Amino acid sequence: MRNVFTIYRKELKSYFASPIAYLLMVVFALIFGYIFYAGVAIFVTRGLESQMFGRGMPMDMNEWVIRPWLMNMSVIGLFMIPMITMRLFAEEKRSGTIELLMTSPVRDTEIILGKWLAAFTMLVILLAAPALNLGFLFAYGKPDWRPIVVGYLGLLLQGGALLAIGTLISTMTRNQIIAGGATFAVCLLLWILDWVSTYETAAWAKVVSYLSVVTHYEPFSKGVLDSKDVIFYLSVIFFGLFLTARSMESVRWRA
Amino acid sequence: MIKVEGLTKRYARTVAVDNISFEVGKGKIIGFLGPNGAGKTTTMRVLTCYLPPTDGTASVAGFDVMKQPLEVKRRIGYLPEAPPLYPEMEVIEYLDFVARLKGIPRSEIKGRVDNVIQRCAIGDVRTKLLGKLSKGYRQRVGLAQAIIHNPDVLVLDEPTAGLDPKQIIETRQLIKSLAGDHTIILSTHILPEVEQTCQEVIIINRGKLVATDSVENLTRRLRGSEAVAVEVESRDSALDPAAVRRRLEQVPGVSRVIPKAEDGKRCSFEVESLQGRSVRAEVARAIVEAGWNMTELRPVAFSLEEIFLQLTAKEEAPEGGAQ
Repeated sequence: MRNVFTIYRKELKSYFASPIAYLLMVVFALIFGYIFYAGVAIFVTRGLESQMFGRGMPMDMNEWVIRPWLMNMSVIGLFMIPMITMRLFAEEKRSGTIELLMTSPVRDTEIILGKWLAAFTMLVILLAAPALNLGFLFAYGKPDWRPIVVGYLGLLLQGGALLAIGTLISTMTRNQIIAGGATFAVCLLLWILDWVSTYETAAWAKVVSYLSVVTHYEPFSKGVLDSKDVIFYLSVIFFGLFLTARSMESVRWRA
Repeated sequence: MIKVEGLTKRYARTVAVDNISFEVGKGKIIGFLGPNGAGKTTTMRVLTCYLPPTDGTASVAGFDVMKQPLEVKRRIGYLPEAPPLYPEMEVIEYLDFVARLKGIPRSEIKGRVDNVIQRCAIGDVRTKLLGKLSKGYRQRVGLAQAIIHNPDVLVLDEPTAGLDPKQIIETRQLIKSLAGDHTIILSTHILPEVEQTCQEVIIINRGKLVATDSVENLTRRLRGSEAVAVEVESRDSALDPAAVRRRLEQVPGVSRVIPKAEDGKRCSFEVESLQGRSVRAEVARAIVEAGWNMTELRPVAFSLEEIFLQLTAKEEAPEGGAQ
């Protein structure tokens, strides 16, 4: 456990030693600041319109603002994942520091866990900054907080799963750019796999669509906590990290 | 302290290390000598549990590298050819990280870090970023990293490669000062380095063990002597190998006669000459005059001298400046 923490601390520090962490935070905050603003603007305009035309239909803030906002976060988050994971192992392999880690009295699983947890913490930090926007909704309206919590939990689970895949890919190359590019391709694929369900209903299409991470996020964005989706994400995390351990073993045999 | 038996490491198509066995006693400095690509780094990586061997066993302080890697890793300090440094860390931050990684108890970390900073003379760069250090300092921080947990065995892969002459001398002195507490294996492809720092030497070439000996013995054997394989056959009666051996030893200039094989009518030897003497002509005359037939007389392939030449020919020039 102590070893995991040692690796974790070093890894998290190195995010903030380079501009990457700040860059990601700024980009994330800007994008979701804008999307939040756009969502609220539409909500307010529609609200005024319906008052002017005398249709006193109540408008749900969660439905109009928070849900699309979370959905956007889920998709745009896909593009941030490669930037978080690409250097995890690729950089250590390139600079040779992997030899230090692998000849120290530390288990491979401890190295992997430490690195993944640091990447996950980075994700939590990234997601936390845009959450400040939601403060305005609570200040001026009465949104339901429970769907927001579930939505954020979903984001973390989805992000954790993709981070595990990114960590795996990072062990396979010594080039950060390749690791990042490949992770990006896989994330993209896992998103658009869902599209097949729009034109095909055969069994294979259902399987393919099931693999899409975004499909599993949709219930979370509505505030529905479905065990089947939680298990999907958890199993991807576990499987991804398990394969990472196997991949590290093969690094030893081939190096 | 270190025991290697029948170690073999095969990559997809090449055999990097081929059936190497050796033993290293406690507190010694061992030079691991061989040309580039001889298998030095591979052997060291097996010893440090970075690579698993294809065949054979290796153990450090009684622990097998395959079965108890964590125990081995606790007792070994390793400086790879390129020091494993994180450019974004400060020296002191890095040593603190390595200390934690090596499992040093929290209360002792500060003391250990200060100790290695002093021993490796890197006090004046303690708050500098590793990425900004000069080559010599990088090497010293690498060495500090390797000894921070006071390991029984220290494995140094080409510790002086790429340093300037002054730094080479400093690094050698540092390594010598570490002997006694630690058993040290250092690899090099420079013969004078072995002479100056090591007590024993292991020579490998193309993955095969060529010789293990003390440095004095080896340099004596290396300097200008030659080895020839001789096969002698009797003309009629049975041959007495002992007599042939005695005769060969009487030849002026011969230092050593090693029996190789015998079968009734025929026997073969390896004859080594004294320094600076060529004995082939005298050996041939002695055999023929004694009434035997000489069926073979050839220089031994891959004699120590050949390897020595191979090693030194390449390195003489840059090394000259370092002396």
